[in-house]
Amino acid sequence: MSVLLIAEHNNKEVKPFTLNAITAASQIDQDVHVLVIGNKADDVSKSISQVPNVKKVIHIDNEIYENYLPENFTPVILKQAENYSHIVCSANTFGKNLMPRVAALLDTSQVSDIIKVISVDTFLRPIYAGNAFATVKSTDQKKCITIRPTSFDPAATSGGSAEITKGDVGEATSLTKFIKREEVKSDRPELGTARIVISGGRGMGSGENFKLITQIADKLNAAIGASRAAVDAGYITNDHQVGQTGKVVVPDLYIAVGISGAIQHLAGMKESKVIVAINKDGEAPIFSVADYGLEADLFEALPKFLEELNKLNTIQK
Amino acid sequence: MKILVAVKRVIDYNVQVRVKEDGTGVVTDNVKMSTNPPDDNAVEEAVKIKESGKAKEIVAVTVGEDKAQETVRKALAVGADRGIHVKVDGTVEPLAVSKILQKIVDKEKPDLIFMGKQAIDDDCNQTGQMLAALLNWPQATFASKIEVKEKSLEVIREVDEGLETIEVNIPAIVTCDLRLNEPRYASLPNIMKAKKKPVEQINASDLGVDTKQRIEQIKVEEPPKRKAGIKVASVEELVQKLKNEAKVI
Repeated sequence: MSVLLIAEHNNKEVKPFTLNAITAASQIDQDVHVLVIGNKADDVSKSISQVPNVKKVIHIDNEIYENYLPENFTPVILKQAENYSHIVCSANTFGKNLMPRVAALLDTSQVSDIIKVISVDTFLRPIYAGNAFATVKSTDQKKCITIRPTSFDPAATSGGSAEITKGDVGEATSLTKFIKREEVKSDRPELGTARIVISGGRGMGSGENFKLITQIADKLNAAIGASRAAVDAGYITNDHQVGQTGKVVVPDLYIAVGISGAIQHLAGMKESKVIVAINKDGEAPIFSVADYGLEADLFEALPKFLEELNKLNTIQK
Repeated sequence: MKILVAVKRVIDYNVQVRVKEDGTGVVTDNVKMSTNPPDDNAVEEAVKIKESGKAKEIVAVTVGEDKAQETVRKALAVGADRGIHVKVDGTVEPLAVSKILQKIVDKEKPDLIFMGKQAIDDDCNQTGQMLAALLNWPQATFASKIEVKEKSLEVIREVDEGLETIEVNIPAIVTCDLRLNEPRYASLPNIMKAKKKPVEQINASDLGVDTKQRIEQIKVEEPPKRKAGIKVASVEELVQKLKNEAKVI
């Protein structure tokens, strides 16, 4: 029995959630091999080989893998899959897009978005936007699993020295063409891994008003989140969305501003360690999950909040 | 061009889901059911493409128990031309659903297949990708914009980093994000008209697809509850609590 983990990377660096997925993979079985498919991605393989939990790295390199297309990745994963009992990757847009394509061709019923490894075939996963937890047992011989990254700690990144072997390149797809990716560049911490997240909702009233959030995020070195309503209203781009169909975040501190707390939003943030809600509607459902609730007009509370933060001698980074 | 749209009946997104006391699942008796929200976006997009003259026919398909037909009727009421209801009782996993849809595709030969990116009940996010794999078609998941070209689609996808644009050859599968469009409401006359549109009933067993569950659901439980918090009276108090009590800033 051994586990094949599909790495997510940008051909230069490993994406952080791959490290969380490695932790989960090693809880399934100690024999974790990582598959790196990319273009001139030697640095990626090298850095993964230094992860102590990784026993072997399989590197497949070709210019057709410059941009990640599941139609290109799937055939080479299937070829490698013969030797493994479990195929795993993270349950973000990378893994969600890729894994079912692999699972279907292995005739395996995939287990999506697990938050706990109970045994080699039994896992815990949230259903109904996290309003229920299901314990499920896969009876398929080969198991395809995606992992909720925020439910597992990232693996250590140094101390290991796994062997790196080359794998066979597959055929390039003619079905799909990559055109472009518009990444929102930011100096802020990534939403998925930030220690502090401050999010705005429809109550912000406009994109312009999000600067009140930005100022506090700067002060706290926080990532900026948003409810679906705020994204739908065009106040902020989709990569900020927290919730059932957006990102799931588990920061030490989550500050929800002008967010009423729909079930779908709570699904993305209610596991945060400390939750603050600022809302002028005292009955808003967000208060039911908040450790500290402040019933106030956000346009008065946020400037005041910044002022109080400025008075502090030290702020944790 | 012909578009097949797959829709699923789920507990309405506004309902606070409750876990059954015996741990076998969630309460569905006397609970409001609706079409899975992003499936509404899939139907809407198909209707818009038909209205633009680029598609001739829209077929709505669902897989599930008797009442699942309601979701097909709703699709018919907003513009789908006819429906297919594949009847099967109990839980059908995405792999089995995609095998059933594969059979329907063999028969209907659509050029495009649209569906929601994820069902809000099991939150699996698998069916579209699995069907694409079984058919060896390209997949455009999490679509927030679709442009129909001569022999391809240009699709903008919502990904973690931002937006990605890809071009997929037709035939193709698109899984729809909530921001793709604003689903319309069905008017009363259209609801009445939809009742007359044909809905073909097929038994899953007649399609020769094995729908036996591969994943055993051992138990369903409530997630751990958060401890009740407190209301603070002022911003000053909030900052003090965060600094000295919670120690997070």
